[in-house]
Amino acid sequence: MSTFTLDDLAKLMRECGGEDQEGLCGDTLDVPFADLGYDSLALLEITTRIENRYSVSIPEDMATGMKTPREAIDYVNTLVHAA
Amino acid sequence: MMAAVTGIGVVAPNGVGTETYWQAVLAGRSGIGPLTRFDARGYPVRIAGEVTGFDAAEHVPSRLRVQTDRWTHLAFTAAEMALSDAGADTDELPEYEMAVLTSSSSGGTEFGQYEIERLWSKGSRYVTAYQSIAWFYAATTGQLSIRHGMRGPCGVVCTEQAGGLDAAGRTCRLLESDGARFVLTGGTDASLCPYGVTAQAATGLISPSEEPERGYQPFASTASGYVPGEGGAILVVEQADAARERGAKHVYGLITGYAATFDPRPGTPDPEGGSRLRRAAQLALADAGLECGQVDVVFADASGDPERDRIEATTLREFFGPHGVPVTAPKTMTGRLYGGGAALDVATALLSIRDGVIPPTINVPALAPGCDLDLVRGEPREGPIRNALILARGYGGFNAALVVSGTE
Repeated sequence: MSTFTLDDLAKLMRECGGEDQEGLCGDTLDVPFADLGYDSLALLEITTRIENRYSVSIPEDMATGMKTPREAIDYVNTLVHAA
Repeated sequence: MMAAVTGIGVVAPNGVGTETYWQAVLAGRSGIGPLTRFDARGYPVRIAGEVTGFDAAEHVPSRLRVQTDRWTHLAFTAAEMALSDAGADTDELPEYEMAVLTSSSSGGTEFGQYEIERLWSKGSRYVTAYQSIAWFYAATTGQLSIRHGMRGPCGVVCTEQAGGLDAAGRTCRLLESDGARFVLTGGTDASLCPYGVTAQAATGLISPSEEPERGYQPFASTASGYVPGEGGAILVVEQADAARERGAKHVYGLITGYAATFDPRPGTPDPEGGSRLRRAAQLALADAGLECGQVDVVFADASGDPERDRIEATTLREFFGPHGVPVTAPKTMTGRLYGGGAALDVATALLSIRDGVIPPTINVPALAPGCDLDLVRGEPREGPIRNALILARGYGGFNAALVVSGTE
């Protein structure tokens, strides 16, 4: 199973309406999603897409509990590697 | 209290932008053509008034675009035009005294349809989370409220094709007694998807014609129903004093009268022996404090259904006398826009007042027996317009009448 990378997350975020925004990069890894313009509904949308694409299951409280891109990437990787 | 219209934004099949639309209407230019939004072969609706040349990506940020229906995209665009036209800086106005009250006839039908397709073809995990906020009636109002920081008494009116007048009429109440000073009202609709047109066709009121010039001929001997369309108008309406206070650059006119009525159950007589549409017109004029003779033009509902046309023509004849008032239906150039239609008529009536010209009705070669109105046809008619009466009916029994007046 491949690792879930920053690029993978950035691509999903763009699909969820971020195409007008500057790309996610190392500098924004620790910026809260809320500050990047992604509300709880947007996070739900992103996590559903991660679930579908990587065949993992993310509980809803975790979906809204991941505060930053780094937290999301780390959490998804624990799931991906455990699978 | 006077309700002053200080901003207009139009997205219509024959023009995106208020002045583009107005020039098209005065020139008698139609936006009705073949229905191209989906493969309409096999559907009973083949022509429509589509807002062509509108690319949502040019008008709506991607974050908002993915979570909203086309009907909301059109409203975002019209609202920005209206706010800019009003010269209003919403950051400067008290947020709880600004409100949004739009009309919607079917919500985000197209968005909803494609998510339901995903549900049945791929499964519930492939339905976007945004379905929850994109397709319900209040979505446009809510999105406009959030985007422009307008947190006063907001709402949505769902009275099918009468909605634009009901929203404008209720806006006056928000300004009079509900603490609002600045309201975005009007409405848009965009339901030209398979699900949308199938639901519309079930009323039996849509024309089977495949010819753009013949699909919508209200009051004509050849009337065969109407053509559906998309788009509408958003208006800025303010307390006249507050508008003056903030230095509003212009006032198109005032909303001076409004009334709504509801038809009796089909098959039962009207309790007052006339039509409920007539009653709405009567109450709206009384609300405006006007006599029939003071009305300079009527923007008709103009159903296109022979029986409904006859009821409206009878109403106008009884009310104003034979050929007693000029009547027009510029919606013959756009098709009927559902939640956006009557809102666009309000905008058009205000432009009529501003420029002293009645826009024409097109595609009506000969009037039907019983519909012998002074219908302004082919060419616009010039002359001062102080008061305009706008009529609208919505499927299911809704009738509404609104009066707009010049400021002089």
